[in-house]
Amino acid sequence: MSDTKKLGWKEIPEGGLITKAGNSATYETGSWRSVRPVRDEEKCTNCLICWVYCPDCSILVSDGKIKGIDYSHCKGCGICATECPVKAIKMIDEKEFTD
Amino acid sequence: MNNKITAITGNEAVSYAIKQINPDVMAAYPITPQTDIVEKYSEYVADGLVNTEFITVESEHSAMSACVGAAAAGGRVMTATSANGLALMFEILYIAASNRLPIIMPVVNRALSAPVNIHCDHSDSMAARDSSWIQIYSENVQEAYDNTIQAVRIAEHMEVRLPIMVMYDGFITSHGIECVELLDDDKVAKFVGEYPPHYPLLDIDHPVTYGPLDLYDYYFEHKRQQIEAMKKAKKVVLEIGKEFKQFFSREYKLFEEYQLSDAERAIVVLSSTAGTTKQVVDELRAKGEKVGLLKLRLFRPFPYKEIAQTLSHLKAIAILDRSDSFGAFGGPLFTEIRSALLEADKIPHNVNYIYGLGGRDINQNDIASIYADLEKIVKTSRVEEQVKYFGVRE
Amino acid sequence: MANLKELSKKEEILSRGHRLCAGCGASIVVRQVLSALDDPVVVANATGCLEVSTTIFPYTSWKSSFIHNAFENAAATISGAEAMFRSLKKQGKIDKEIKFIAFGGDGGTYDIGIQSLSGALERGHNFVYVCYDNEGYMNTGIQRSSATPRGAWTTTTPVGKVIPGKTQYRKDLTAVVAAHNIPYVAQASIWRWNDLIEKSRKAFYTDGPAFINVLSPCPRGWRFDSQNTIELSKLAVQANFWPLYEVEQGKWKLNYKPKERKPIKEWMEAQGRYKHLFRPENEHIIKEIQEDIDKNWGKLLAKCKEK
Repeated sequence: MSDTKKLGWKEIPEGGLITKAGNSATYETGSWRSVRPVRDEEKCTNCLICWVYCPDCSILVSDGKIKGIDYSHCKGCGICATECPVKAIKMIDEKEFTD
Repeated sequence: MNNKITAITGNEAVSYAIKQINPDVMAAYPITPQTDIVEKYSEYVADGLVNTEFITVESEHSAMSACVGAAAAGGRVMTATSANGLALMFEILYIAASNRLPIIMPVVNRALSAPVNIHCDHSDSMAARDSSWIQIYSENVQEAYDNTIQAVRIAEHMEVRLPIMVMYDGFITSHGIECVELLDDDKVAKFVGEYPPHYPLLDIDHPVTYGPLDLYDYYFEHKRQQIEAMKKAKKVVLEIGKEFKQFFSREYKLFEEYQLSDAERAIVVLSSTAGTTKQVVDELRAKGEKVGLLKLRLFRPFPYKEIAQTLSHLKAIAILDRSDSFGAFGGPLFTEIRSALLEADKIPHNVNYIYGLGGRDINQNDIASIYADLEKIVKTSRVEEQVKYFGVRE
Repeated sequence: MANLKELSKKEEILSRGHRLCAGCGASIVVRQVLSALDDPVVVANATGCLEVSTTIFPYTSWKSSFIHNAFENAAATISGAEAMFRSLKKQGKIDKEIKFIAFGGDGGTYDIGIQSLSGALERGHNFVYVCYDNEGYMNTGIQRSSATPRGAWTTTTPVGKVIPGKTQYRKDLTAVVAAHNIPYVAQASIWRWNDLIEKSRKAFYTDGPAFINVLSPCPRGWRFDSQNTIELSKLAVQANFWPLYEVEQGKWKLNYKPKERKPIKEWMEAQGRYKHLFRPENEHIIKEIQEDIDKNWGKLLAKCKEK
């Protein structure tokens, strides 16, 4: 969440410009979740269907393989679990996790 | 120096100025009485005489929208319009200014509908006075031409970066042929210089976002920045006016004082009516009457301090408005000047004449009668009617 | 043929941390469309869910240059940027290749934005326009647009005692765009990502204006669980509600023909916004809608020279 002190008119770029491209990555939407996707690495075939369907770019892929899920941004929509062709992803209640 | 003196209309002169400025993009839609500008410019484009990508948009709203896209992309952008065309662009005027895009736009003053009227009054540009555009008025063709060239430097100045409107009267100046000095192409190019880019979209190595959503935690700060830029614009207008004099021997300031310093009665007015008034002032002065004229050039930002200082010594002034703000106490120029005068050492008697709406003519006899009205006010020390509607049939 | 492994190696233009709803179709549209690009891009966006949720000051989810102007002028705005590019290129001031794309919702495309879209298409600017069609003015709270299907509930076509939801059929905007005779027009679905990414590639790399209309299911507005966004996208295609086709240089081509078309009832059962149509007094509406879909499918088959 954003806790930065709000800047005055002399400190922000003029005209509403945002000069730090892609800086929304620092805004953590993960706190929106009430369920979280958990992937069974054994079942996963790295087909990347979950990656192409994720609205929040939260399926982490490296060198063509799934590395994990970005829990600081995942909103828990459940599309990945629904679309996985081998049912390798389950949506688990967020209450089960303490982090 | 290859300046040339020629007989030319306002629109042709302004179109020629745009050619000399050679903007990177022009997006415009035709509307009477601006049409000659775009028609003439299309000929320059078709003959390959300019670098301009001319976008023949399908409405004025799209004209200003395309100008915003082009200016944000990073280059010099111009357009032109009148009346309802300006009104149709209304929301985008604010967006252009708020995004700090230095778009340059001649506005050929014409009355706003309804009823449809293609003739001159200032209702169009006056309606846009809150939009954060710099506003400059031109008395005649020479001024319209000179102002268009200076406008580039004023708008693009790094401390300003606000869009600018250059006004001149529809048909009277736009279609009237006058004797004008057109400046040397190379010198104009040198005067306007290269466009100074500022966070262009096309600089893909440094991507930027234009036009975000502000919640209540940032909007005010962004507006405060605009307010500051507007404040700086006044000194920039003067600086550019001085520089123009160095290049081209004609100086431009915030306003023109004509026989004003020892006058007792004066008229304050914008645009072509000032020309008519100068003639009347000459005739009355020849008879020994102490009359003068203040022709305002810069309307936004409004130079309230300088106006108050300059008018304070007069005994009576008539402020002529070629538009009204329905329901206000007098027209826009009147309300601005009265407000400014509250800070003056002495406040002259002041009267508002709303005149010329929809192109209703005003001639020397009319102006002379206004000076006569002022004389009565000076003699009786009383203003009987504060706001008059001059020239309307009762 | 899009290869997911290869695509996943490209840097994404839309970054995380945008504030679109969980399960929003629009961000899936953007990710899939932009993955087809091999060049830098300038993005224009009409006011709407996508624009508002990705650019809340001081945050932006766009790694490319981005401009939002107003609601109805994304096409006019991108026209200006594209014209500036051409001008500077002609003057030798730019030597890179840059692509131009405008995204608009159905509000900013079918309705308030149709004029500036038509103008930009007619003038032949070299750009892509992608409409993410969520069938309503969703950002302002689910009001009807001309893209809202017949019978659907919205806040301005509510289900009342006298009128049960929207009375008009959808506008066929894709056909209106095709009538501009631009080089490339397509209708696509995020379900068939391969088809959509290939169409995006064609759109970006065809000279002149290109247009893709993509159905963007909206969990909030259509009333379904966020996990079913792709399922709904699939159902729409299989029910012939959202046919997948292309019009390339004026030639119509069908991209997908279901072996057996699903009844529109199935599509409607999956969404809360059609719930009222299942009352006995409204069943005739479902029948009329089915007839309309079948009729339009027949017309499309004829245009595509299919049986």
